Amino acid sequence: MFDLTGKCALVTGASGGIGGAIARALHAQGATVTLSGTRAEALEQLKASLGERTHVVAAKMDDAADIERLAKEAEAAMGKIDILVNNAGITRDNISMRMKDEEWEKVLQVNLTGTFRLTRAAMRGMMRRRFGRVINITSIVGVTGNPGQANYAAAKAGLIGMSKSLAQELASRAITVNCIAPGFIATPMTDVLTDDQKKTILGRVPADRLGTPEEIAAGVVYLASEEAAYVTGQTLHINGGMAMI
Amino acid sequence: MSDVAERVKKIVVEHLGVEAAQVKEEAKFIDDLGADSLDTVELVMAFEEEFSIEIPDDAAEKIQTVGDAINFITSNSKS
Repeated sequence: MFDLTGKCALVTGASGGIGGAIARALHAQGATVTLSGTRAEALEQLKASLGERTHVVAAKMDDAADIERLAKEAEAAMGKIDILVNNAGITRDNISMRMKDEEWEKVLQVNLTGTFRLTRAAMRGMMRRRFGRVINITSIVGVTGNPGQANYAAAKAGLIGMSKSLAQELASRAITVNCIAPGFIATPMTDVLTDDQKKTILGRVPADRLGTPEEIAAGVVYLASEEAAYVTGQTLHINGGMAMI
Repeated sequence: MSDVAERVKKIVVEHLGVEAAQVKEEAKFIDDLGADSLDTVELVMAFEEEFSIEIPDDAAEKIQTVGDAINFITSNSKS
């Protein structure tokens, strides 16, 4: 089950903790992967550790022209994009009273608009081939909200609504569009939290631990598989029971 | 011209699964041939491939009938 041999996947944000684990997991199932992100060096390191069936295309998700180029180059490198994992995301946390327009706009631009643009660019080939898997990495805070993250929560909630719309548009072409909503996962993004903050968070997690990037990647593998063909427009919550929706 | 028309009609028949007799030049893809909006996008993609041309979005929106497609392709086609 969940064999991805012959499938080609583009993973954005692959230089990050969750993105790297997703790329590894897809690759381990047999997929060819293109790693994208802003840190070319980290991407090259991941490519070196994965070996064959791996490509790197660095790109900035706040740049429309760069996103077009990313889709084209990934398609040229692999021959097609069957699986698109929109994982690239940034935070610019601030309480709303103090949040600057730039902080709001930047987060929406990268997390939501960039994801839409890249998905639109990848859609054409998927439609032609009558196969596609779009997996958007949203967040638990897109559903529950989080103080200090009005911008991030709005962008992540936006991804869920966008995914449901795309899912309806594309379902008849055998293209599925789903979200994965991680809870608190041990990554560089959560490493910056203080021990006190972590303790408070864990108090709300029935599993009593942070999740791992590999636990998110396993969900991606499932949604990317042939076996998940009848799953679309859904959000899979992987959060140790932190929120049950 | 007639060659373009024939190739266009063949694509429409294959893609929409309609009878060749229905594919008249005045036939509208959506109203007469049962296409949905995604079908029209796919038809444009198929025309682009068949005739090695690019049909920009604003032009694609104006292609509503079989005849519109034939006219656009005839006046923009290299092959």
